[in-house]
Amino acid sequence: MTKESQAQPALEIKNLSFSYGKQNVLEDIHFTVPQGSFLGLMGPNGSGKSTLIKCILGLLTPKEGSIKLFGKPIHQFHDWNKIGFVSQKANSFNSGFPATVFEVVSMGLYGKVGLFRFLTKKHKLQVREAIKQVGMEDFIHQNIGQLSGGQQQRVFIARALVSEPELLILDEPTVGVDAKSVQNFYNMLKRLNKERGMTLILVTHDIGAMTEYITDVACLNKCLHFHGNKEEFELQQEDMMSSLYGHDVRVITHNHDHHDHDHTHDHDHDGSGH
Amino acid sequence: MIQVFFQFDFLRYSLYTGLMIGFLAPFLGVFLVVRRLSLIADALSHITLTGIAFSLLLGRFYPLFAGLNPLYMGMAFSVTGALFIERLRNVYKYYKELAIPIILSAGIGIGVVFISLADGFTNDLFHYLFGSVVTITRTDFQMIGVISAVVVVLIVLFYKEWFFLSFDEDQAVISGIPKKALHFIFIVMVALVIAASMRIVGILLVSALMTLPVASAMRWAKSFKQTFLYAVIFGEVSVVLGLVLALHFDIASGGTIVMLNVIILLISLLLTRKRM
Repeated sequence: MTKESQAQPALEIKNLSFSYGKQNVLEDIHFTVPQGSFLGLMGPNGSGKSTLIKCILGLLTPKEGSIKLFGKPIHQFHDWNKIGFVSQKANSFNSGFPATVFEVVSMGLYGKVGLFRFLTKKHKLQVREAIKQVGMEDFIHQNIGQLSGGQQQRVFIARALVSEPELLILDEPTVGVDAKSVQNFYNMLKRLNKERGMTLILVTHDIGAMTEYITDVACLNKCLHFHGNKEEFELQQEDMMSSLYGHDVRVITHNHDHHDHDHTHDHDHDGSGH
Repeated sequence: MIQVFFQFDFLRYSLYTGLMIGFLAPFLGVFLVVRRLSLIADALSHITLTGIAFSLLLGRFYPLFAGLNPLYMGMAFSVTGALFIERLRNVYKYYKELAIPIILSAGIGIGVVFISLADGFTNDLFHYLFGSVVTITRTDFQMIGVISAVVVVLIVLFYKEWFFLSFDEDQAVISGIPKKALHFIFIVMVALVIAASMRIVGILLVSALMTLPVASAMRWAKSFKQTFLYAVIFGEVSVVLGLVLALHFDIASGGTIVMLNVIILLISLLLTRKRM
Protein backbone atom coordinates (compact mmCIF):
# COMPACT_ATOMS: atom_id res chain seq x y z
CA MET A 1 0.00 0.00 0.00
CA THR A 2 1.38 3.41 -0.87
CA LYS A 3 1.55 6.22 1.64
CA GLU A 4 -0.90 8.24 -0.34
CA SER A 5 -3.61 5.59 -0.27
CA GLN A 6 -3.07 5.04 3.42
CA ALA A 7 -3.91 8.64 4.09
CA GLN A 8 -7.20 8.33 2.19
CA PRO A 9 -10.26 7.48 4.23
CA ALA A 10 -11.69 4.06 3.47
CA LEU A 11 -15.07 5.65 2.84
CA GLU A 12 -16.17 9.21 2.34
CA ILE A 13 -19.80 10.12 1.81
CA LYS A 14 -20.98 13.61 0.94
CA ASN A 15 -24.54 14.96 0.62
CA LEU A 16 -25.89 11.56 -0.22
CA SER A 17 -29.62 11.26 -0.91
CA PHE A 18 -31.57 8.31 -2.16
CA SER A 19 -35.22 7.69 -2.90
CA TYR A 20 -37.35 4.80 -4.06
CA GLY A 21 -39.78 6.60 -6.36
CA LYS A 22 -41.00 9.67 -4.50
CA GLN A 23 -40.19 8.38 -1.07
CA ASN A 24 -36.95 9.71 0.31
CA VAL A 25 -35.06 6.99 2.11
CA LEU A 26 -31.80 8.79 2.74
CA GLU A 27 -31.35 12.55 3.03
CA ASP A 28 -28.14 14.48 2.98
CA ILE A 29 -25.88 11.86 4.51
CA HIS A 30 -22.41 13.00 5.32
CA PHE A 31 -19.68 10.98 6.96
CA THR A 32 -16.17 9.64 6.72
CA VAL A 33 -14.71 6.32 7.81
CA PRO A 34 -10.94 6.58 8.30
CA GLN A 35 -8.84 3.51 7.63
CA GLY A 36 -8.39 1.33 10.68
CA SER A 37 -11.58 2.43 12.39
CA PHE A 38 -14.54 0.29 13.43
CA LEU A 39 -17.82 2.05 12.81
CA GLY A 40 -21.09 0.91 14.31
CA LEU A 41 -23.87 2.12 12.02
CA MET A 42 -27.15 1.97 13.86
CA GLY A 43 -30.74 2.87 13.26
CA PRO A 44 -34.23 1.45 13.66
CA ASN A 45 -35.81 -0.87 11.12
CA GLY A 46 -36.60 1.00 7.93
CA SER A 47 -34.12 3.76 8.68
CA GLY A 48 -32.32 3.27 5.39
CA LYS A 49 -29.32 1.36 6.72
CA SER A 50 -29.43 -1.37 4.14
CA THR A 51 -30.09 1.13 1.36
CA LEU A 52 -27.03 3.08 2.42
CA ILE A 53 -24.96 -0.10 2.35
CA LYS A 54 -26.25 -0.96 -1.11
CA CYS A 55 -25.21 2.49 -2.30
CA ILE A 56 -21.74 2.01 -0.83
CA LEU A 57 -21.45 -1.35 -2.56
CA GLY A 58 -22.52 0.13 -5.87
CA LEU A 59 -25.69 -1.96 -6.06
CA LEU A 60 -27.83 1.19 -6.01
CA THR A 61 -27.05 4.56 -7.55
CA PRO A 62 -27.80 7.51 -5.27
CA LYS A 63 -29.96 10.38 -6.45
CA GLU A 64 -27.52 12.99 -5.23
CA GLY A 65 -24.18 13.23 -3.56
CA SER A 66 -20.91 11.41 -3.82
CA ILE A 67 -19.37 8.26 -2.40
CA LYS A 68 -15.64 7.77 -2.41
CA LEU A 69 -13.96 4.47 -1.63
CA PHE A 70 -10.28 4.73 -0.76
CA GLY A 71 -10.24 8.18 -2.30
CA LYS A 72 -11.81 7.12 -5.62
CA PRO A 73 -15.33 8.13 -6.68
CA ILE A 74 -17.45 5.01 -6.68
CA HIS A 75 -18.06 4.94 -10.45
CA GLN A 76 -14.32 4.92 -11.01
CA PHE A 77 -13.61 2.40 -8.28
CA HIS A 78 -12.57 -1.00 -9.57
CA ASP A 79 -10.74 -2.58 -6.65
CA TRP A 80 -13.80 -4.40 -5.41
CA ASN A 81 -11.71 -7.12 -3.87
CA LYS A 82 -10.55 -4.55 -1.32
CA ILE A 83 -14.08 -4.62 -0.01
CA GLY A 84 -15.70 -7.50 1.79
CA PHE A 85 -19.39 -7.74 2.49
CA VAL A 86 -21.37 -9.99 4.78
CA SER A 87 -25.10 -9.67 4.43
CA GLN A 88 -27.97 -10.70 6.63
CA LYS A 89 -27.90 -14.42 6.31
CA ALA A 90 -31.60 -14.84 5.79
CA ASN A 91 -32.04 -12.82 2.66
CA SER A 92 -29.39 -14.01 0.33
CA PHE A 93 -28.89 -17.69 0.14
CA ASN A 94 -30.74 -20.84 -0.52
CA SER A 95 -29.97 -23.18 2.37
CA GLY A 96 -30.65 -26.27 0.30
CA PHE A 97 -27.80 -25.35 -2.02
CA PRO A 98 -25.54 -28.38 -2.43
CA ALA A 99 -22.21 -26.71 -1.65
CA THR A 100 -19.59 -27.42 1.00
CA VAL A 101 -17.99 -24.93 3.35
CA PHE A 102 -14.83 -25.12 1.26
CA GLU A 103 -16.70 -24.34 -1.95
CA VAL A 104 -18.57 -21.44 -0.39
CA VAL A 105 -15.44 -19.84 1.02
CA SER A 106 -13.64 -20.28 -2.32
CA MET A 107 -16.19 -17.96 -3.89
CA GLY A 108 -14.62 -15.15 -1.92
CA LEU A 109 -11.59 -15.41 -4.19
CA TYR A 110 -13.41 -15.56 -7.52
CA GLY A 111 -13.54 -11.80 -7.99
CA LYS A 112 -9.88 -11.45 -7.15
CA VAL A 113 -8.78 -14.33 -9.34
CA GLY A 114 -10.73 -12.86 -12.23
CA LEU A 115 -12.36 -14.13 -15.39
CA PHE A 116 -10.68 -16.89 -17.41
CA ARG A 117 -8.44 -17.86 -14.50
CA PHE A 118 -8.58 -20.75 -12.08
CA LEU A 119 -7.88 -21.22 -8.39
CA THR A 120 -4.33 -22.36 -7.77
CA LYS A 121 -2.96 -24.45 -4.91
CA LYS A 122 -1.98 -21.27 -3.15
CA HIS A 123 -5.55 -20.00 -3.35
CA LYS A 124 -6.80 -23.26 -1.89
CA LEU A 125 -4.42 -22.85 1.03
CA GLN A 126 -5.78 -19.36 1.58
CA VAL A 127 -9.28 -20.77 1.65
CA ARG A 128 -8.28 -23.32 4.30
CA GLU A 129 -6.56 -20.60 6.26
CA ALA A 130 -9.68 -18.39 6.25
CA ILE A 131 -11.82 -21.31 7.37
CA LYS A 132 -9.42 -21.97 10.22
CA GLN A 133 -9.52 -18.34 11.21
CA VAL A 134 -13.24 -18.52 11.91
CA GLY A 135 -12.85 -21.88 13.64
CA MET A 136 -14.76 -23.93 11.09
CA GLU A 137 -11.96 -26.29 10.00
CA ASP A 138 -13.81 -29.34 11.33
CA PHE A 139 -16.71 -28.60 8.99
CA ILE A 140 -14.74 -27.91 5.84
CA HIS A 141 -16.42 -30.63 3.76
CA GLN A 142 -19.87 -30.27 5.31
CA ASN A 143 -22.81 -29.00 3.38
CA ILE A 144 -23.51 -25.36 4.16
CA GLY A 145 -27.21 -26.05 4.64
CA GLN A 146 -26.54 -28.51 7.47
CA LEU A 147 -24.82 -25.95 9.69
CA SER A 148 -26.44 -23.83 12.37
CA GLY A 149 -27.12 -20.14 11.76
CA GLY A 150 -24.06 -19.08 13.72
CA GLN A 151 -21.83 -21.52 11.88
CA GLN A 152 -23.15 -20.40 8.51
CA GLN A 153 -22.46 -16.82 9.41
CA ARG A 154 -18.87 -17.73 10.31
CA VAL A 155 -18.51 -19.37 6.92
CA PHE A 156 -19.71 -16.18 5.25
CA ILE A 157 -17.21 -14.17 7.27
CA ALA A 158 -14.50 -16.54 6.09
CA ARG A 159 -15.66 -15.97 2.54
CA ALA A 160 -15.37 -12.21 3.06
CA LEU A 161 -11.95 -12.56 4.72
CA VAL A 162 -10.33 -14.88 2.22
CA SER A 163 -9.70 -12.12 -0.30
CA GLU A 164 -8.09 -10.06 2.49
CA PRO A 165 -10.30 -7.01 2.16
CA GLU A 166 -9.24 -3.70 3.62
CA LEU A 167 -12.79 -2.64 4.32
CA LEU A 168 -15.28 -5.16 5.65
CA ILE A 169 -18.96 -4.23 5.71
CA LEU A 170 -21.36 -6.33 7.77
CA ASP A 171 -25.12 -5.81 7.48
CA GLU A 172 -26.78 -7.07 10.67
CA PRO A 173 -24.69 -10.21 10.56
CA THR A 174 -25.93 -11.59 13.85
CA VAL A 175 -29.64 -11.77 13.06
CA GLY A 176 -30.76 -15.28 13.89
CA VAL A 177 -27.48 -16.25 15.52
CA ASP A 178 -27.43 -17.59 19.09
CA ALA A 179 -26.09 -15.37 21.86
CA LYS A 180 -22.89 -17.27 22.53
CA SER A 181 -21.88 -17.25 18.88
CA VAL A 182 -22.61 -13.54 18.76
CA GLN A 183 -20.04 -12.90 21.48
CA ASN A 184 -17.39 -14.95 19.72
CA PHE A 185 -18.24 -13.24 16.53
CA TYR A 186 -17.79 -9.76 17.95
CA ASN A 187 -14.50 -10.79 19.53
CA MET A 188 -13.32 -12.00 16.16
CA LEU A 189 -14.25 -8.67 14.57
CA LYS A 190 -12.35 -6.85 17.29
CA ARG A 191 -9.26 -8.93 16.57
CA LEU A 192 -9.48 -8.20 12.85
CA ASN A 193 -9.75 -4.52 13.58
CA LYS A 194 -7.00 -4.33 16.21
CA GLU A 195 -4.51 -6.87 14.92
CA ARG A 196 -4.90 -6.55 11.18
CA GLY A 197 -5.97 -2.93 11.08
CA MET A 198 -8.96 -3.87 8.95
CA THR A 199 -11.55 -1.12 8.60
CA LEU A 200 -14.97 -2.35 9.67
CA ILE A 201 -18.48 -1.04 9.22
CA LEU A 202 -21.06 -2.96 11.20
CA VAL A 203 -24.74 -2.28 10.64
CA THR A 204 -26.88 -3.09 13.63
CA HIS A 205 -30.04 -2.05 15.38
CA ASP A 206 -28.49 -2.85 18.75
CA ILE A 207 -25.45 -0.74 19.40
CA GLY A 208 -25.55 -1.53 23.11
CA ALA A 209 -24.04 -4.94 22.58
CA MET A 210 -21.30 -3.43 20.46
CA THR A 211 -19.96 -0.53 22.45
CA GLU A 212 -16.88 -2.30 23.73
CA TYR A 213 -15.71 -3.22 20.25
CA ILE A 214 -16.29 -0.20 18.06
CA THR A 215 -14.37 3.03 17.75
CA ASP A 216 -16.97 5.20 16.00
CA VAL A 217 -20.73 5.46 15.88
CA ALA A 218 -23.13 6.73 13.25
CA CYS A 219 -26.86 6.92 13.92
CA LEU A 220 -29.13 6.86 10.93
CA ASN A 221 -32.81 7.44 10.52
CA LYS A 222 -33.29 8.80 7.03
CA CYS A 223 -30.74 11.47 7.89
CA LEU A 224 -27.66 11.13 9.99
CA HIS A 225 -28.47 11.93 13.63
CA PHE A 226 -25.02 11.46 15.00
CA HIS A 227 -21.56 10.70 13.83
CA GLY A 228 -18.53 10.73 16.04
CA ASN A 229 -16.32 8.56 18.15
CA LYS A 230 -17.54 6.23 20.82
CA GLU A 231 -16.67 8.49 23.75
CA GLU A 232 -18.74 11.35 22.35
CA PHE A 233 -21.55 8.94 21.68
CA GLU A 234 -21.58 7.59 25.20
CA LEU A 235 -21.89 11.10 26.61
CA GLN A 236 -25.05 11.84 24.69
CA GLN A 237 -26.43 8.43 23.91
CA GLU A 238 -29.66 8.73 25.85
CA ASP A 239 -30.66 11.84 23.89
CA MET A 240 -29.52 10.20 20.74
CA MET A 241 -31.53 7.06 21.25
CA SER A 242 -34.73 8.90 21.97
CA SER A 243 -34.33 11.13 18.94
CA LEU A 244 -33.62 8.07 16.86
CA TYR A 245 -36.26 5.69 18.13
CA GLY A 246 -38.92 8.21 19.01
CA HIS A 247 -39.14 7.68 22.73
CA ASP A 248 -36.93 7.16 25.69
CA VAL A 249 -34.94 4.02 25.14
CA ARG A 250 -32.02 3.17 27.29
CA VAL A 251 -29.06 1.21 26.13
CA ILE A 252 -27.41 -1.55 28.04
CA THR A 253 -23.74 -1.54 27.67
CA HIS A 254 -22.35 -5.03 27.70
CA ASN A 255 -18.84 -4.88 28.90
CA HIS A 256 -17.09 -8.06 29.68
CA ASP A 257 -13.73 -6.70 30.55
CA HIS A 258 -14.88 -4.26 33.20
CA HIS A 259 -17.67 -5.45 35.37
CA ASP A 260 -18.28 -2.07 36.93
CA HIS A 261 -20.52 -1.18 34.00
CA ASP A 262 -24.24 -1.01 34.39
CA HIS A 263 -26.11 -4.11 33.28
CA THR A 264 -29.51 -3.36 34.67
CA HIS A 265 -31.04 -1.00 32.16
CA ASP A 266 -34.02 -1.71 30.09
CA HIS A 267 -33.44 -2.83 26.60
CA ASP A 268 -36.42 -2.66 24.40
CA HIS A 269 -35.87 -1.42 20.91
CA ASP A 270 -38.52 -3.45 19.30
CA GLY A 271 -41.37 -1.80 21.10
CA SER A 272 -40.33 1.56 19.80
CA GLY A 273 -42.28 3.64 17.36
CA HIS A 274 -43.69 0.82 15.21
CA MET B 1 -27.38 -55.44 -27.20
CA ILE B 2 -25.18 -52.42 -27.52
CA GLN B 3 -23.08 -53.93 -30.36
CA VAL B 4 -25.89 -53.32 -32.79
CA PHE B 5 -25.19 -49.58 -32.37
CA PHE B 6 -21.81 -50.06 -33.99
CA GLN B 7 -23.09 -52.09 -36.93
CA PHE B 8 -25.08 -49.28 -38.50
CA ASP B 9 -23.89 -45.74 -39.10
CA PHE B 10 -27.14 -44.11 -38.15
CA LEU B 11 -27.25 -46.00 -34.86
CA ARG B 12 -23.68 -45.06 -34.16
CA TYR B 13 -24.63 -41.42 -34.61
CA SER B 14 -27.52 -41.82 -32.19
CA LEU B 15 -25.28 -43.40 -29.60
CA TYR B 16 -22.62 -40.69 -29.84
CA THR B 17 -25.22 -37.95 -29.89
CA GLY B 18 -26.90 -39.56 -26.90
CA LEU B 19 -23.62 -39.62 -25.00
CA MET B 20 -23.14 -35.91 -25.63
CA ILE B 21 -26.69 -35.08 -24.63
CA GLY B 22 -26.45 -37.28 -21.55
CA PHE B 23 -23.58 -35.10 -20.44
CA LEU B 24 -24.79 -31.65 -21.49
CA ALA B 25 -28.39 -31.68 -20.36
CA PRO B 26 -27.87 -32.76 -16.74
CA PHE B 27 -24.77 -30.60 -16.45
CA LEU B 28 -26.59 -27.40 -17.36
CA GLY B 29 -29.54 -28.75 -15.43
CA VAL B 30 -27.59 -28.47 -12.17
CA PHE B 31 -27.27 -24.71 -12.64
CA LEU B 32 -30.93 -24.44 -13.65
CA VAL B 33 -32.13 -26.36 -10.61
CA VAL B 34 -30.06 -24.47 -8.04
CA ARG B 35 -31.15 -21.18 -9.58
CA ARG B 36 -34.75 -22.43 -9.34
CA LEU B 37 -35.15 -22.13 -13.08
CA SER B 38 -35.88 -25.75 -13.90
CA LEU B 39 -39.09 -24.77 -15.67
CA ILE B 40 -37.19 -22.66 -18.17
CA ALA B 41 -36.22 -25.87 -19.90
CA ASP B 42 -39.90 -26.57 -20.49
CA ALA B 43 -40.60 -23.12 -21.88
CA LEU B 44 -37.63 -23.32 -24.23
CA SER B 45 -38.44 -26.79 -25.45
CA HIS B 46 -41.94 -25.68 -26.40
CA ILE B 47 -40.65 -22.69 -28.29
CA THR B 48 -38.26 -25.07 -30.06
CA LEU B 49 -41.33 -26.99 -31.18
CA THR B 50 -42.62 -23.79 -32.76
CA GLY B 51 -39.39 -23.51 -34.70
CA ILE B 52 -39.55 -27.12 -35.86
CA ALA B 53 -43.18 -26.71 -36.90
CA PHE B 54 -42.33 -23.52 -38.74
CA SER B 55 -39.52 -25.23 -40.57
CA LEU B 56 -41.77 -28.17 -41.57
CA LEU B 57 -44.42 -25.71 -42.73
CA LEU B 58 -41.95 -23.77 -44.85
CA GLY B 59 -40.67 -27.02 -46.27
CA ARG B 60 -44.18 -27.92 -47.35
CA PHE B 61 -44.81 -24.74 -49.31
CA TYR B 62 -41.32 -23.81 -50.43
CA PRO B 63 -39.29 -26.74 -51.67
CA LEU B 64 -36.18 -24.68 -50.99
CA PHE B 65 -36.69 -25.19 -47.25
CA ALA B 66 -37.57 -28.86 -47.51
CA GLY B 67 -33.91 -29.77 -47.43
CA LEU B 68 -33.19 -27.64 -44.41
CA ASN B 69 -32.62 -29.46 -41.16
CA PRO B 70 -35.52 -28.33 -38.90
CA LEU B 71 -33.02 -28.33 -36.06
CA TYR B 72 -31.64 -24.99 -37.29
CA MET B 73 -35.00 -23.29 -37.10
CA GLY B 74 -35.66 -24.93 -33.75
CA MET B 75 -32.43 -23.51 -32.43
CA ALA B 76 -33.14 -20.06 -33.77
CA PHE B 77 -36.56 -20.06 -32.07
CA SER B 78 -35.17 -21.48 -28.85
CA VAL B 79 -32.46 -18.83 -28.59
CA THR B 80 -34.96 -16.07 -29.41
CA GLY B 81 -37.29 -17.47 -26.77
CA ALA B 82 -34.44 -17.47 -24.26
CA LEU B 83 -33.78 -13.81 -24.93
CA PHE B 84 -37.47 -13.01 -24.48
CA ILE B 85 -37.48 -14.83 -21.17
CA GLU B 86 -34.53 -12.81 -19.87
CA ARG B 87 -36.27 -9.65 -21.05
CA LEU B 88 -39.58 -10.59 -19.41
CA ARG B 89 -37.84 -11.51 -16.16
CA ASN B 90 -36.58 -7.95 -16.02
CA VAL B 91 -39.95 -6.44 -16.93
CA TYR B 92 -41.82 -8.43 -14.27
CA LYS B 93 -39.16 -7.98 -11.62
CA TYR B 94 -41.28 -9.29 -8.78
CA TYR B 95 -42.96 -12.04 -10.79
CA LYS B 96 -39.95 -13.53 -12.49
CA GLU B 97 -41.55 -16.94 -12.99
CA LEU B 98 -44.28 -15.35 -15.10
CA ALA B 99 -41.91 -15.29 -18.07
CA ILE B 100 -42.03 -19.08 -18.23
CA PRO B 101 -45.79 -19.66 -18.79
CA ILE B 102 -45.87 -16.72 -21.22
CA ILE B 103 -43.18 -18.18 -23.44
CA LEU B 104 -44.41 -21.74 -22.97
CA SER B 105 -47.98 -21.04 -24.01
CA ALA B 106 -46.95 -18.69 -26.80
CA GLY B 107 -44.67 -21.42 -28.10
CA ILE B 108 -47.32 -24.12 -28.04
CA GLY B 109 -50.03 -21.83 -29.42
CA ILE B 110 -48.07 -20.65 -32.42
CA GLY B 111 -46.62 -24.13 -32.88
CA VAL B 112 -50.08 -25.71 -33.09
CA VAL B 113 -51.17 -23.14 -35.68
CA PHE B 114 -48.13 -23.96 -37.81
CA ILE B 115 -48.76 -27.67 -37.41
CA SER B 116 -52.38 -27.32 -38.51
CA LEU B 117 -51.36 -25.24 -41.52
CA ALA B 118 -48.81 -27.88 -42.44
CA ASP B 119 -51.58 -30.52 -42.50
CA GLY B 120 -51.44 -31.89 -39.01
CA PHE B 121 -49.19 -34.32 -37.26
CA THR B 122 -46.82 -36.22 -39.42
CA ASN B 123 -44.58 -39.07 -38.45
CA ASP B 124 -41.68 -36.63 -38.53
CA LEU B 125 -43.27 -34.50 -35.92
CA PHE B 126 -43.89 -37.46 -33.67
CA HIS B 127 -40.14 -38.13 -33.64
CA TYR B 128 -39.44 -34.56 -32.68
CA LEU B 129 -41.95 -34.69 -29.85
CA PHE B 130 -40.80 -37.89 -28.21
CA GLY B 131 -37.35 -38.62 -29.58
CA SER B 132 -36.16 -41.42 -31.78
CA VAL B 133 -33.18 -43.73 -32.05
CA VAL B 134 -33.29 -44.07 -35.78
CA THR B 135 -33.65 -40.56 -37.19
CA ILE B 136 -30.33 -38.99 -36.18
CA THR B 137 -28.49 -37.89 -39.26
CA ARG B 138 -24.86 -37.15 -39.84
CA THR B 139 -25.55 -33.40 -39.86
CA ASP B 140 -27.43 -33.67 -36.55
CA PHE B 141 -24.47 -35.45 -35.09
CA GLN B 142 -22.00 -32.88 -36.36
CA MET B 143 -24.03 -29.92 -35.21
CA ILE B 144 -24.58 -31.36 -31.76
CA GLY B 145 -20.86 -32.11 -31.60
CA VAL B 146 -20.06 -28.47 -32.29
CA ILE B 147 -22.56 -27.33 -29.66
CA SER B 148 -21.09 -29.74 -27.12
CA ALA B 149 -17.59 -28.46 -27.74
CA VAL B 150 -18.67 -24.82 -27.38
CA VAL B 151 -20.63 -25.53 -24.20
CA VAL B 152 -17.79 -27.48 -22.61
CA VAL B 153 -15.35 -24.65 -23.30
CA LEU B 154 -17.75 -22.09 -21.85
CA ILE B 155 -18.35 -24.18 -18.75
CA VAL B 156 -14.64 -24.59 -18.11
CA LEU B 157 -14.12 -20.86 -18.53
CA PHE B 158 -17.03 -19.62 -16.45
CA TYR B 159 -17.73 -22.42 -14.00
CA LYS B 160 -16.68 -20.42 -10.97
CA GLU B 161 -18.65 -17.33 -11.98
CA TRP B 162 -21.84 -19.32 -12.64
CA PHE B 163 -21.39 -21.13 -9.36
CA PHE B 164 -21.08 -17.85 -7.47
CA LEU B 165 -24.01 -16.24 -9.31
CA SER B 166 -26.21 -19.24 -8.60
CA PHE B 167 -25.33 -19.28 -4.93
CA ASP B 168 -25.55 -15.63 -4.11
CA GLU B 169 -26.15 -13.16 -6.89
CA ASP B 170 -25.66 -9.94 -4.90
CA GLN B 171 -22.33 -11.05 -3.50
CA ALA B 172 -21.20 -12.18 -6.92
CA VAL B 173 -22.03 -8.78 -8.39
CA ILE B 174 -20.23 -6.99 -5.57
CA SER B 175 -17.11 -9.00 -6.25
CA GLY B 176 -17.16 -7.72 -9.81
CA ILE B 177 -18.66 -10.64 -11.74
CA PRO B 178 -20.49 -9.42 -14.87
CA LYS B 179 -23.93 -10.79 -14.10
CA LYS B 180 -25.83 -9.73 -17.20
CA ALA B 181 -23.34 -11.01 -19.72
CA LEU B 182 -22.97 -14.34 -17.93
CA HIS B 183 -26.72 -14.87 -17.56
CA PHE B 184 -27.08 -14.10 -21.22
CA ILE B 185 -24.42 -16.59 -22.29
CA PHE B 186 -25.92 -19.18 -19.98
CA ILE B 187 -29.45 -18.97 -21.27
CA VAL B 188 -28.32 -19.03 -24.90
CA MET B 189 -26.33 -22.13 -24.05
CA VAL B 190 -29.38 -23.75 -22.46
CA ALA B 191 -31.45 -22.91 -25.54
CA LEU B 192 -28.88 -24.56 -27.81
CA VAL B 193 -28.61 -27.67 -25.68
CA ILE B 194 -32.38 -28.03 -25.55
CA ALA B 195 -32.63 -27.81 -29.31
CA ALA B 196 -29.78 -30.29 -29.61
CA SER B 197 -31.35 -32.74 -27.16
CA MET B 198 -34.71 -33.00 -28.80
CA ARG B 199 -33.61 -35.50 -31.47
CA ILE B 200 -32.86 -38.01 -28.74
CA VAL B 201 -35.31 -37.27 -25.94
CA GLY B 202 -37.91 -35.28 -27.81
CA ILE B 203 -39.20 -31.79 -27.25
CA LEU B 204 -41.75 -32.74 -24.64
CA LEU B 205 -39.24 -34.64 -22.54
CA VAL B 206 -36.07 -32.56 -22.81
CA SER B 207 -36.68 -30.86 -19.51
CA ALA B 208 -36.83 -34.25 -17.80
CA LEU B 209 -33.25 -34.99 -18.82
CA MET B 210 -32.19 -31.61 -17.44
CA THR B 211 -33.90 -31.94 -14.10
CA LEU B 212 -34.51 -35.57 -13.08
CA PRO B 213 -30.84 -36.61 -12.98
CA VAL B 214 -30.15 -33.47 -10.93
CA ALA B 215 -32.96 -34.26 -8.53
CA SER B 216 -31.43 -37.71 -8.01
CA ALA B 217 -27.88 -36.35 -7.79
CA MET B 218 -28.80 -33.88 -5.07
CA ARG B 219 -29.78 -36.80 -2.86
CA TRP B 220 -26.29 -38.30 -3.05
CA ALA B 221 -23.90 -35.42 -3.56
CA LYS B 222 -21.93 -33.95 -0.70
CA SER B 223 -20.65 -30.97 -2.65
CA PHE B 224 -21.50 -28.88 -5.68
CA LYS B 225 -18.88 -30.64 -7.81
CA GLN B 226 -20.26 -34.02 -6.81
CA THR B 227 -23.72 -32.88 -7.84
CA PHE B 228 -22.42 -32.50 -11.39
CA LEU B 229 -20.67 -35.84 -11.26
CA TYR B 230 -23.74 -37.78 -10.12
CA ALA B 231 -26.08 -35.87 -12.43
CA VAL B 232 -23.91 -36.67 -15.44
CA ILE B 233 -23.55 -40.34 -14.44
CA PHE B 234 -27.31 -40.70 -14.05
CA GLY B 235 -27.86 -38.79 -17.29
CA GLU B 236 -25.48 -41.00 -19.28
CA VAL B 237 -26.79 -44.26 -17.82
CA SER B 238 -30.37 -43.31 -18.61
CA VAL B 239 -29.58 -42.19 -22.15
CA VAL B 240 -27.49 -45.19 -23.14
CA LEU B 241 -29.82 -47.75 -21.56
CA GLY B 242 -32.80 -45.81 -22.84
CA LEU B 243 -31.54 -45.92 -26.42
CA VAL B 244 -30.84 -49.65 -26.20
CA LEU B 245 -34.30 -50.36 -24.82
CA ALA B 246 -35.99 -48.05 -27.30
CA LEU B 247 -34.31 -49.82 -30.19
CA HIS B 248 -34.99 -53.26 -28.80
CA PHE B 249 -38.67 -52.72 -28.13
CA ASP B 250 -39.20 -50.21 -30.93
CA ILE B 251 -40.52 -47.43 -28.74
CA ALA B 252 -39.79 -43.69 -28.62
CA SER B 253 -36.43 -43.13 -26.94
CA GLY B 254 -37.62 -40.10 -24.97
CA GLY B 255 -40.05 -42.28 -23.09
CA THR B 256 -37.54 -44.96 -22.14
CA ILE B 257 -34.97 -42.36 -21.07
CA VAL B 258 -37.43 -40.56 -18.85
CA MET B 259 -38.69 -43.84 -17.38
CA LEU B 260 -35.17 -44.82 -16.44
CA ASN B 261 -34.63 -41.43 -14.84
CA VAL B 262 -37.78 -41.83 -12.81
CA ILE B 263 -36.56 -45.25 -11.65
CA ILE B 264 -33.15 -43.80 -10.68
CA LEU B 265 -34.90 -41.02 -8.80
CA LEU B 266 -37.16 -43.43 -6.92
CA ILE B 267 -34.19 -45.57 -5.93
CA SER B 268 -32.31 -42.44 -4.81
CA LEU B 269 -35.26 -41.31 -2.73
CA LEU B 270 -35.55 -44.71 -1.12
CA LEU B 271 -31.87 -45.15 -0.34
CA THR B 272 -30.99 -41.70 0.92
CA ARG B 273 -32.28 -39.86 3.93
CA LYS B 274 -31.70 -36.22 3.40
CA ARG B 275 -33.96 -33.28 3.78
CA MET B 276 -33.53 -30.73 1.08
